[in-house]
Amino acid sequence: MFTGSLLSMGGYGKIFANTTNNSQVNYDLVAIRGGEPDKMFERAMEAMGGMRKYVKPGQKVVVKPNMGWDVVPEKAANTNPKLITRIIEQCFEAGAKKVYVFDHTCDEWRKCYDNSGIEKAAKDAGATVAPGHTESYYQKVDIPRGEVMKEAKEHELILESDVFINVPILKDHSSARMTIAMKNLMGVVWDRGFWHRNGLHQCIADFVSYRKPDLNIVDAYRVMRRNGPRGVSINDVTTMKYQIISDDIVAADAASAKIYPSDEKVPHIDMAAKRGYGQNDLSKLKIGRIKI
Amino acid sequence: MKKYKALKKIRVIISLIFLLLLFLFFLDFAGIFPSDFIRGVIYLQFVPALLKFFNVFSWIATGFIVVLILTLLFGRVYCSTICPLGILQDVVTFLRRKIHKKKKHRYLKAMRWLRYGILAVTVAFLAGGSILILSLFDPYSIFGRIVSDLFRPALTEGNNLLAGVLNKMDIYALYPVDLQPIHIGVIAIPIAFLILVVWMSFTRGRIYCNTVCPVGTFLGLVSKISLYQIRLNPTSCTKCGICERKCKGGCIETQAQRVDFSRCVGCFNCLDACPFDSAEYALNPLYASRHKTEPRPEKVASHKTDVNKRKFLAGIAVAFFSATRMGKAQELVSYSATTPVKRENPVSPPGAQATNRFNNSCTACHLCVNVCPTQVLQPALLEYGLRGLMQPRMDYHSGFCNFDCVECSKVCPTGAILPVMLEEKKRIQLGKVQFVKENCIVETEGTDCGSCSEHCPTKAVDMVDYKNGLRIPEVNTDICIGCGACEYACPTHPYKAIYVEGNPVHLQAQKPKQEKLKELDEEEDFPF
Repeated sequence: MFTGSLLSMGGYGKIFANTTNNSQVNYDLVAIRGGEPDKMFERAMEAMGGMRKYVKPGQKVVVKPNMGWDVVPEKAANTNPKLITRIIEQCFEAGAKKVYVFDHTCDEWRKCYDNSGIEKAAKDAGATVAPGHTESYYQKVDIPRGEVMKEAKEHELILESDVFINVPILKDHSSARMTIAMKNLMGVVWDRGFWHRNGLHQCIADFVSYRKPDLNIVDAYRVMRRNGPRGVSINDVTTMKYQIISDDIVAADAASAKIYPSDEKVPHIDMAAKRGYGQNDLSKLKIGRIKI
Repeated sequence: MKKYKALKKIRVIISLIFLLLLFLFFLDFAGIFPSDFIRGVIYLQFVPALLKFFNVFSWIATGFIVVLILTLLFGRVYCSTICPLGILQDVVTFLRRKIHKKKKHRYLKAMRWLRYGILAVTVAFLAGGSILILSLFDPYSIFGRIVSDLFRPALTEGNNLLAGVLNKMDIYALYPVDLQPIHIGVIAIPIAFLILVVWMSFTRGRIYCNTVCPVGTFLGLVSKISLYQIRLNPTSCTKCGICERKCKGGCIETQAQRVDFSRCVGCFNCLDACPFDSAEYALNPLYASRHKTEPRPEKVASHKTDVNKRKFLAGIAVAFFSATRMGKAQELVSYSATTPVKRENPVSPPGAQATNRFNNSCTACHLCVNVCPTQVLQPALLEYGLRGLMQPRMDYHSGFCNFDCVECSKVCPTGAILPVMLEEKKRIQLGKVQFVKENCIVETEGTDCGSCSEHCPTKAVDMVDYKNGLRIPEVNTDICIGCGACEYACPTHPYKAIYVEGNPVHLQAQKPKQEKLKELDEEEDFPF
């Protein structure tokens, strides 16, 4: 079933109007559709200027997928493991000394790491899979620009790493409306309850002001369109075969929200944009569009 | 003597294997051992197998019959080779010998009143429908609680220290484990039993098994008619007393050349030690074809006092029994909020079927507490009432029941938690979700939250439009399975805005409705 799309992929990227065909151009955001997660990533990353633009030799990289739920990849509650593998491989190809993968999960962490397929995918690619389930891994940081949230306890690997790659999955979310790149950062802090108690959307926006990921890769291959973020069954999922890549987290969210099949407004995207943490007006961005 | 050397060796080897495995099962906080293996090893534990037999009526639970047959053939070999608490005492006695080389065992008078008293009370309680006394005294369950409640936290602390050091060195082979603290009222019981058992075995060998343990007493009664028994051969016995000094059970009376076989734990030390082969493992005279030997010089208790004793014990039992029935409504949270909420019924684990049935079948060995990956299973203090003391309950402040998990039902050795298939479990309704709007953040703070709904595996808690563009939880108890994910995740502090009210009898939840999603056009252009 996948063979068809794999075959049709080779070199036929179609880059649309309002962008040039020059591969030297620096896109703010690349949107790609129609391929397998790893192949789309390769093509889109090339268009973004390659992984070497983000990862320098000898650097420590942390890859933060969404693997918060004890479900299999087909249920689309967690980031696609094939994508994670390819990202890690590219980090090493670019000379990364070490690549870490972790998440502060919602379901029991061992089961999430296992059933999401991400632990195996990451280890196979040579990454170090680290836990995030106890407070001992988290250190207090100040968020001076935060409106509500002035401090948080952040995972030490985020603090220690040179490069932070955020790899969320696009899906429905009962409280945040949608969960994409900014929302995925709730998995790098300890006390999520604080966010829920003190205005979820404002806290999501506040945290972006602390440290923006260097790169955001939104997996929208399989998309959970209702009953998120956990999902009730496989019937909640549609295969959309999309991927959005940007180093601007707000732009990545804004573009992802556009491809999501609903008109739902996501308050935290606008809140973050209003405070200048990123661009939510897609017309102001140089966007690469690729169809495979 | 050489003739019996192999017997003792076999006993020591088998017993150490059982002890080690059971010890590891109850220590295992990482889920290393597969449940089938655990079940297989525990198959021979007497009380769990007996209870399971009545709970499931299946060959899976015939271990107690095997033990009975073993006892009928060879006496209480169970106590020295299979019972983990008994073997643990042998380890203590072994260590004592290393410390006090001179200290030897000696004959101890049987404490019949205490011994049969405890057995009688245990049986009376069981007859009255309460498993409490059996739970307290079942040696397997005592062992489980000691290792699980005391040793496991200690091991975990050690693991966490080591994991901390290794993680700092960038090695993630070990990881820390945050164990939920067990209530001091619960943990006091294994502490007390550990002290009692260690002290008794340190000073007097297997006196615990011969005075306190109802399983030991019961099997002692059975062993009175066992096919083979240990006896001293009066023709060759010199009354040297070597066997008596080796006897952990204190059941050899050298001067009378008599062995109280009901108190013999079948360790075979005497057989091994006797230089004249006078300690024999021989056919019970009851079954010997030759003339009956002279009647054993046992004291014959007066029938009258026996009846009085029984009445007295029955009285105590009834009194205690009625006390255990008085449950207490469980305080949901330490409460001083606008709307006090109390959980009327505690929540029992999936496979328990009904709280009452569960309370009457669980001996609180805490094996399920060990294997539960989310730590939602926690030993109860009085949430079930006294009768459910130490039994696991669903504690939604410690965790929530993982949707795709039936681990507890796979290992429960008594059948208190019956085996359930995963697909079946996903619809077992342990309780029903209750929403307390007055405590909800959306209501009190006027901001979005939705933590409860995020975690709900069936979307029995969904977010619906509310004022000012907010969304507020709406609950559908028809599809709620009572897993407690919502309650655990609810961030209101210190009070919860959503909780699970237990179903005294578990029900079946309806399937969540699933309409087909509209397919998307894969060929359409980028929307930006």
